[in-house]
Amino acid sequence: MNNLVILPLLIPLLAGIFLVIFRQNILLQRWFSIVAIFSTGVVAAYLLQMVADDGIQTLAIGGWEAPFGIVLVIDMFSGLLILTTSIVSFGCILFAFNSIGLEREQFYFYPFMLFLITGVNGSFLTGDLFNLFVCFEVMLISSYVLISLGGTKVQLRESIKYVLINIMSSTMFLLGIAYLYAITGTLNMAHLSVRIAEVGQQGLLTTVAILFLVVFSLKAALFLYFWLPGSYAAPPTAIGAIFGALLTKVGIYALFRMFTLVFYHQPEITHLLLGVMAALTMLLGGIGAVSQWDIRKIIAYNVIIAVGFIVSGLAVFTSTAVAGGIYYLIHDMIVKALLFLLGGTIIGIAGTSKLKEMSGLIRNHPLLGWMFFITVLALAGIPPLSGFIGKVLVIKGTMEAEFYWLAVIGLLSSLMVLYSVMKIFVNGFWGETYLSKEQEKGTTSGLLFPCILLTMVSIGFGLGVEGITFYIDQAANGLMNPDIYIKAVLKSP
Amino acid sequence: MKPNDVILQTVTKIVTFIILTFAIYLFLAGHHEPGGGFIGGLVIASALTLLYLAFDIETVREGLPVDFKVVAAVGVFIAVATGMGSILFDQPFLSQAFGYFNLPIFGKTELATAVLFDLGVALAVVGTGVTIILSISRDA
Repeated sequence: MNNLVILPLLIPLLAGIFLVIFRQNILLQRWFSIVAIFSTGVVAAYLLQMVADDGIQTLAIGGWEAPFGIVLVIDMFSGLLILTTSIVSFGCILFAFNSIGLEREQFYFYPFMLFLITGVNGSFLTGDLFNLFVCFEVMLISSYVLISLGGTKVQLRESIKYVLINIMSSTMFLLGIAYLYAITGTLNMAHLSVRIAEVGQQGLLTTVAILFLVVFSLKAALFLYFWLPGSYAAPPTAIGAIFGALLTKVGIYALFRMFTLVFYHQPEITHLLLGVMAALTMLLGGIGAVSQWDIRKIIAYNVIIAVGFIVSGLAVFTSTAVAGGIYYLIHDMIVKALLFLLGGTIIGIAGTSKLKEMSGLIRNHPLLGWMFFITVLALAGIPPLSGFIGKVLVIKGTMEAEFYWLAVIGLLSSLMVLYSVMKIFVNGFWGETYLSKEQEKGTTSGLLFPCILLTMVSIGFGLGVEGITFYIDQAANGLMNPDIYIKAVLKSP
Repeated sequence: MKPNDVILQTVTKIVTFIILTFAIYLFLAGHHEPGGGFIGGLVIASALTLLYLAFDIETVREGLPVDFKVVAAVGVFIAVATGMGSILFDQPFLSQAFGYFNLPIFGKTELATAVLFDLGVALAVVGTGVTIILSISRDA
């Protein structure tokens, strides 16, 4: 028992409730939410160190031990993701201060951001399949509100699609849970893993596994990504950034958890399917990103490519590839938020998101330009920066496991990422300067600081990768050996 | 012609009390019989909706001057706070306690902290339900 485990969920929830009551005081809303996120990050870092020292921490809610009650579990993998979530959302909320606008702030913007983070942290923490569903819904309902908040025409059109597709996938999630409960008679993930290992993963269980694969692929935009480019391009920058950084990653987390802990007995079917879907995601997402001339759309397609790349690490299912997937997941959460924020700043300055209507921004905004350049290199995986180590390990793992086609497509996708994002840099920052300082449509005042913060984190992650190797290896080790998780949750010797 | 709804209003005045009594019965019965916070809250919200239908929004707001969005937030806060109470006693989050007490009128009564959690749920349901009704009823 360790009550600290629930704090990453509890702090944003309480702060959100508190801010609903004090709706009018914008200054209080801003500072209270930023302090709440900061303290969540501190708690997450403390818990992470605790996991590193003493192993997996669990909390049986209400004192009902697993498998009867709901258990919250923090292992290395979820701990790292919670810490990254706090860092990313800190940057996004800081960016929202100067960009989101008063009328959105007055209509519960900060409470819903905090509820979204509650849902994300809860999804990472939970050790119970139905509770995972509930936390998904907490996250999704907050995201429905955030995507439509403000009520512009494009937001309303995209939010209808987004809500419809997510309600459908949530229903399928619930169906999958019902099937699994009917077959195994339990919902606790560790207990599910034990029960399935006992009976062996027969045809029926593999079918249910594929149903879960479809559900989480819809959430994570793995191959079934048709809803994503439109919906992520619609909301304001700060909201789009937190969507791009967190929402699909929760789907990826669920894929990692389910296919390393529960359904790992028939990798020749489930994991091969994951590999094929990942390869198609990278190819189609890459084609989408290369073909677009709209900044928001290019960035949204880049989210899709990264999802394919991370899942290809899971599909190979060796400890090298899984470790690479975790490195890349953490890097991608930070750098996608950064990319959305920088893209939003560029759009704010130029007053348009069309690349062909802007040029030469670097003359007046050198800091923004070079920061964007660093981000582009980090995205593509150029050595000293953060995307490199994850890419190397994933490609190395795929080569070792003789998935050569997946490795080739992975490398090809890096090239497409580099081309698509460099296109923004070349067209937006180089060339003739159209707009003088006075003619610009927006300012960068206050917007650059959160970007600098996230850039520093990204560079630090790339340079100081030795320092966190221990944590990532432990996370990958935990994923490859489900026994560690099961022992910690079920308290079996 | 202004419609004359004296029958609706008179019936509402009586029926609302019956519904509210039933709601409190459902709320308190939840531990041993079918009922509980969710259904109790919904029935209270339905009584309020009946009042809004029979009278108008302004009249009811004069009699019941609360912001239902705040009611919902306070409800969720109560529910979370009962969970946090158990942390103070070094128990896992959301642990429940109960005991038997000799109360003046009721005699030996079972009191459980689960009722406080249910109270939070009921308030949240009332707040949310009435907020939905009020926000879609405007500008009809």
